[in-house]
Amino acid sequence: MKKEWLVYLGILIVSLILFFVVTEPITFSPTVSFIIIGLILLAIVYIFVRTIQGNYVGRQTVFLFVGISVILPFFMTITQPIKLSPEVGSLYTALGELQPGSKVLISFDYDPPSAPELQPMAETFFYYCFKNDLKVLIMGLWPQGPQQADLAIQKALEQPDIAAKNIEYGVDYINLGFQAGNEFVIQRMGSSFKSMFPTDFYGTPYDSLPLVDGISNFSNIDFSMNLSAGYPGTIEWVQVAVDRYGVKLGAGNTAVQAPQVYPYLNSGQIKGLLGGLNGAAEFEKVVGVIGKGTKFMVSQSAAHVIVIAFIIIGNAAFFLGDKRKKSKAAEKKEA
Amino acid sequence: MRREIPMFITAVVGVVFVIQYFIPHWPFNQMNAWFSDWFSIISACAIWLGALNLMKISANKVYRKKKEWGYSAVIIACFAITVFIGFKGGESFREAGTGFDWIYRFAYIPLSATMFALLAFFVASASYRAFRARNFEATLLLLAAFFVMFGRVPVGDAVVGWFQNIGLPVPDAIMPSNIATWIMNVINAAGQRAIMIGIALGIVSTSLRIILGIERAHLGGD
Repeated sequence: MKKEWLVYLGILIVSLILFFVVTEPITFSPTVSFIIIGLILLAIVYIFVRTIQGNYVGRQTVFLFVGISVILPFFMTITQPIKLSPEVGSLYTALGELQPGSKVLISFDYDPPSAPELQPMAETFFYYCFKNDLKVLIMGLWPQGPQQADLAIQKALEQPDIAAKNIEYGVDYINLGFQAGNEFVIQRMGSSFKSMFPTDFYGTPYDSLPLVDGISNFSNIDFSMNLSAGYPGTIEWVQVAVDRYGVKLGAGNTAVQAPQVYPYLNSGQIKGLLGGLNGAAEFEKVVGVIGKGTKFMVSQSAAHVIVIAFIIIGNAAFFLGDKRKKSKAAEKKEA
Repeated sequence: MRREIPMFITAVVGVVFVIQYFIPHWPFNQMNAWFSDWFSIISACAIWLGALNLMKISANKVYRKKKEWGYSAVIIACFAITVFIGFKGGESFREAGTGFDWIYRFAYIPLSATMFALLAFFVASASYRAFRARNFEATLLLLAAFFVMFGRVPVGDAVVGWFQNIGLPVPDAIMPSNIATWIMNVINAAGQRAIMIGIALGIVSTSLRIILGIERAHLGGD
């Protein structure tokens, strides 16, 4: 117990020193970044050789390497070429068909734990909508969704070209807030938005909002976007809004959830899909904005490479261990 | 009557929801609207019920000084502080700059992100210890995971592209991103569809059993 407290105290002291001593953001030049990457790869090769020799590493070593691979890229200035996948391309094409003034409904069905993957998508989506004069209606089937939307809106409005447009709440976008009831909320919205959202997120009556003048149900919406991290989410939107009310739907999902959505993409029930942080980075690329998706992809790449390397090392340990066991058993038999 | 009335309500609501899907006209559309509104009201009440239940269980744990009761005390304190600040903020409590917004941004978001970030370490450790090519099926799974992990990040294509740049005849078809897309669109989609169809059939049969009163587990008892 004492040892643990000493570690916590050490972390606190190091953090305080860094806070007071380092006043400028730390960045590594590309040369330093490549040297660090080279050193990490050499360390991995060393672990692989040690494993072949029969010295297996514990999970603490794996934790250390994963930590390094996620944290260090935040300070690196290197970039990666991002290739556009067909699912992100099709979403961008579907959005491109919308005329200025079109009504877009976006549902925030996630909470802060999924924000690192989904928030960059939200910020870029808002940027695209405001840049192309699309009118945005926000809602959430998860309680924290509308607050995540507010954070994303603030980021989008900070962009100079969007700030110049004087985007106005109630006219260019509204936040309808959260409504409990999962897929029943979507079903009820098929006949009346107002019945599920009598007021907006801030308590303004539905009828007082200029943007929703003439919007009563899904038939008045030109495109819907769902950012989801589970239930209720994209699958419920497809089953109710798309299949029943003919809504055009695009989706952004966490990397864990995205594989479940692919069947709907292939059947045309959703117009495009942003899958995980990679999807967010691709969307940023196609929209023409560099956000968190692009920046965090270096960390994600490094983490994937480290995990793959440790899977290979683990398999080497497994096969060599198996071989050693068999040879020991054969020696015993002979003796 | 304690069982008959809930069974009757279940049957009526179930039948109406099935009919209104195929006949979206009066009176079924109106009944659908009523039931959907009721569902939202009950869901909103359930949130309160959940919060109060959490407080009851936590308070009981603290009062009886059960194992790790300190965590329950933290839950009660955090709940009370958040509710107090939320109510103090009045109708505009969710707007940027309020106390509630501060708690959300600087306490709830970092704490949630920290908890979720731990997953990366556990996934990596579990992959290292358990992802082994023990047999043919496990090897297939391992290969699929390898290509999806490598193909879903730009570094995968960058590595293979480097081989192309030095003059090796590597076709574009075996770029990790193309292989990952193929796995997701073909193998994954086929498997997901099979699971979905199976689940849907299961839901239909279970729903019918509940509507007809054969399945009564949701009413409690046997």
